[in-house]
Amino acid sequence: MTSPLTAPMRVSFDYTRSVGPVLSKFLTGLRDQRLIGGRLADGRVAVPPPEYDPQTHLALTEFVEVGQTGTVVTWSWVSEPVPGQPLDRPFAYALVLFDGSDTPMLHALDVPSADAVRTGMRVRVRWAEERSGVITDIACLEPADADADVAAQAPATGDGEAVTGIITPVDLHYTYAASSEESTFFRGLAEGRLIGQRCPTCHKVYVPPRGACPVDGVATIEDVELPHTGTVTTFCIVNVPFLGQRIDPPYVSAYVLLDGADIAIQHLILDIPADEVRMGMRVEAVWRPREEWGTTIENINGFRPTGEPDADFASFAQHL
Amino acid sequence: MRDVAVVGFAQRQMDVFPGSPTMVELLVPLFAECYEQTGWTRSDIDFWCSGSSDYLAGRSFSFVQAVDAIGALPPVNESHVEMDAAWALYEAWVKIQTGEVDTALVYGFGKSSAGLLRRVLALQLDPYTLTPLWPDTVSLAGLQARLGIEAGLWDEKAMAEVVARSLTDAEGREYPIRSGATTAAELLAAPLYADPLRKHDCAPVTDGAAAIVLAAGDKARDVCERPAWITGIAHNVDSLHLGGRELTTSASATRAAAAVGSLDGVEIAELHAPFSHQELILREALGLGADVRISPSGGALTGNPMFSAGLIRIGEAASSIIRGEAGRTLGHATSGPLLQQNLVTVMEA
Amino acid sequence: MGKELAAVIGVGQTHHRAKREDVSMAGLCREAIDRALADAQLTFDDIDAVVVGKAPDLFEGVMMPELYLAEALGAVGKPLLRVHTAGSVGGSTAIVASSLVSAGVHRRVLTVAFEKQSESNAMWALSVPVPFVMPVHAGAGGYFAPHVRSYIRRSGAPTHIGAMVAAKDRQNALKNPYAHLQNPDTTVESVLASQMLWDPIRYDETCPSSDGACALVITDADTARSAAAPAWIHATAMRSEPTTAAERDQVNPLAGRANAAALWKQAGITSPIDEIDAAEIYVPFSWFEPMWLENLGFAEEGSGWKLTEAGETRIDGRIPVNCSGGVLSSNPIGASGMLRFAEAALQVRGMAGEHQVDGARRALGHAYGGGSQFFATWVVGATPPS
Repeated sequence: MTSPLTAPMRVSFDYTRSVGPVLSKFLTGLRDQRLIGGRLADGRVAVPPPEYDPQTHLALTEFVEVGQTGTVVTWSWVSEPVPGQPLDRPFAYALVLFDGSDTPMLHALDVPSADAVRTGMRVRVRWAEERSGVITDIACLEPADADADVAAQAPATGDGEAVTGIITPVDLHYTYAASSEESTFFRGLAEGRLIGQRCPTCHKVYVPPRGACPVDGVATIEDVELPHTGTVTTFCIVNVPFLGQRIDPPYVSAYVLLDGADIAIQHLILDIPADEVRMGMRVEAVWRPREEWGTTIENINGFRPTGEPDADFASFAQHL
Repeated sequence: MRDVAVVGFAQRQMDVFPGSPTMVELLVPLFAECYEQTGWTRSDIDFWCSGSSDYLAGRSFSFVQAVDAIGALPPVNESHVEMDAAWALYEAWVKIQTGEVDTALVYGFGKSSAGLLRRVLALQLDPYTLTPLWPDTVSLAGLQARLGIEAGLWDEKAMAEVVARSLTDAEGREYPIRSGATTAAELLAAPLYADPLRKHDCAPVTDGAAAIVLAAGDKARDVCERPAWITGIAHNVDSLHLGGRELTTSASATRAAAAVGSLDGVEIAELHAPFSHQELILREALGLGADVRISPSGGALTGNPMFSAGLIRIGEAASSIIRGEAGRTLGHATSGPLLQQNLVTVMEA
Repeated sequence: MGKELAAVIGVGQTHHRAKREDVSMAGLCREAIDRALADAQLTFDDIDAVVVGKAPDLFEGVMMPELYLAEALGAVGKPLLRVHTAGSVGGSTAIVASSLVSAGVHRRVLTVAFEKQSESNAMWALSVPVPFVMPVHAGAGGYFAPHVRSYIRRSGAPTHIGAMVAAKDRQNALKNPYAHLQNPDTTVESVLASQMLWDPIRYDETCPSSDGACALVITDADTARSAAAPAWIHATAMRSEPTTAAERDQVNPLAGRANAAALWKQAGITSPIDEIDAAEIYVPFSWFEPMWLENLGFAEEGSGWKLTEAGETRIDGRIPVNCSGGVLSSNPIGASGMLRFAEAALQVRGMAGEHQVDGARRALGHAYGGGSQFFATWVVGATPPS
């Protein structure tokens, strides 16, 4: 067993959300520096408005503007903020009941320390300078001082188009680990070797090795070094560009059954026009210059024809 | 209803699982333990059901490779829930109730340490009005804890007592990742981390996996001297909206318990409470008396592997019956922010 | 088996589109749910439990969105389950919902499956770069195209078969007001003339990326008997196998064959092509019609394409396939499987509108997912199973 290789992995996308008619009212309000709640069937006002009434299940249709000052219902102290939170210094999250609302709303409260927060304190909205109809149009909440300039907080009158969509970035960072068995394969690549492993039960050779033979449910163990030649079992010609693609189309993506392996690996076919690639074509690995090698399959640029005669269909038919 | 029992249970918990987020490597020995406990092989299992999360692993279809650990050729009858595996156990129990299958192996796994867990879980919130604020799990729990404290429903001492009991119970046990006999007074001396919470009030970030074997009727009796018969199992959900539900109680836990039937005579309750005050909420919501032993395994405060911690509570509650230590036990699982969703099962010898 | 009878008494679906910018995720689900409840003549108060299905959470960027959706779906105060079995999820979700009834646990279950693919980009979500490896296959099309090539090689099928399927399904979609693609001009020739994306798969032979949802109301026999036109559930099956394994058949997967064998046995069907009146089969790339016809046992291995070529899979053929337009015309991934199950139910209820197969009595709903490895199917009938 070798120790697993790890590497950072990022999952990042700016999601485009259409918001529907109810949230549109709320988010349009935020853009226009107004807090808009919805009237529930039982008469209460909820901020933000739920899209559907909790009792009648009908879509909310009546909207009510509420005050921008409210009372802290409960709070917790964030001593170590994480990326994306409204403030990058310690702050409080608070559930706040805005004047005229019957349900508390969550947001960040900007105060210097936990000593400066208490349940029951009065807070008000601090609007972001640039607003587009998202919850972060409220930059945060701040203590509502009696002598604050109320005029500065006066809601603007909105006459822009209603907000119908928002963009919410989701950017997550992970530490990815390969299994111990896969790590054997990747470390082998760093040495210019192709290492498979044999299942102790069915004796099939897996490349890359597997934490569990998918037929027998036990880890592959015995290392088998494989030659750098093999047979194209099947393939497709990729003509389509896609987000995150690292290779320019058109290119051939093929299953290559390395000689001595019982399962094909997927890789690119090089040095031959795409329309001349064939099932059964014999190929060999094309390695990058040694100084560029790492623990990655990218050490191999792809596979190119060896010039040998094609393999008989029967010799690889069971690998399709 | 058919008689269905837990007849096998295996688990692993750790700070950081050093392998892949598919956790195939960890599931293989777990399944082996289940086979050893039952004397069965893969072909004796009629149905497989798992629980896991793509966002925990950071990639789509994270559960797909886990099927390799089964050794799924010839093919298997199999399903997956994007929930704690306690709900996979529920699906398997339902499947056995249809009469289509007699046995099931249920598993859950999760590598919580792969990302920043308390941040990743902000993706469980309302994507329009909450997630963009990235409220982390600990902060949300702090809001709930303070509500109860200031309403006089519990206090920091009661929370510390929960933690002290959990850590003391966990001492000497194989699986918890936090343990050590301590007292509430000692714990209260620790600094606040997310006022009103101290670090020990929050479950540790835990990697892990678990598996449970279910069997019906004679199949259960054949492989287990003292099967843990499921006499009731139910689950229920509340609204996620923080302003739309009473946060200091758990209506869904109460409803799940009511659907299970009487909890009289329950000797042990394994509660899935990732924060100390949530155990207090659950005890109240489930109506558990002072005579009920709570989470002798150490509970979630001593190890909380995401997506299997609920299944582990059921496994622990079942094991105390299988080992002959109790005659009637309760296993509980929770899912979602602030005890939003709850599952209750009662088992008997 | 002590199984209770279960039936579909309500079916609802959205108007599937590339971007449903007029609704939120909740709104999308509710469009389908409200139609299903109205069809069933029930309200949320009548529902005992809710089962939600959808494909990867990365599509919408919400972890377990059923949690935030619980209130909008009318699930609060009830049991709520979330199923995820890759592309087959819409089918397996319907099966989990039906098992809640057939197990005798609940009497009236609401199930909904959805995908709002326009919130992100499916190609991205399916190919998030992973360290140490290099994505070479370029999304689902690139994944399946080599296996289509294998099928063509193994079966000796003429290369225009895929285009015939695509033209048929797109024409069928014109009779389905909910279908995403409404292209009256699609012909075999136009499909053949479309761009080759993942050779041998052409642009017009691929499914679209859709926003959409589907909902079903599944009830016990007592409730169903008082409903207008129940679709009785005769059999359900799910089978899985690994994505890759030494010598795994990726063209005619064993799990699909095992699934079909279990399904037909449970339904008491010995000759599927004679006993099934309409089939809704998960065909995201045109060639999967002949491939699955073989895998499901409608044709001998290597001869599924002959049914397609002879026109037997048209609405007036021996085994009408995807009269709704199928996945090739609407593909909200998480809902696509449930749409197959729902369309099968509509056929035996006689409620499929312009794409109704005359006198359909028994119909198949089929879904698959992952690397052709997860299968979920059901057979529904106009009368209770005998």
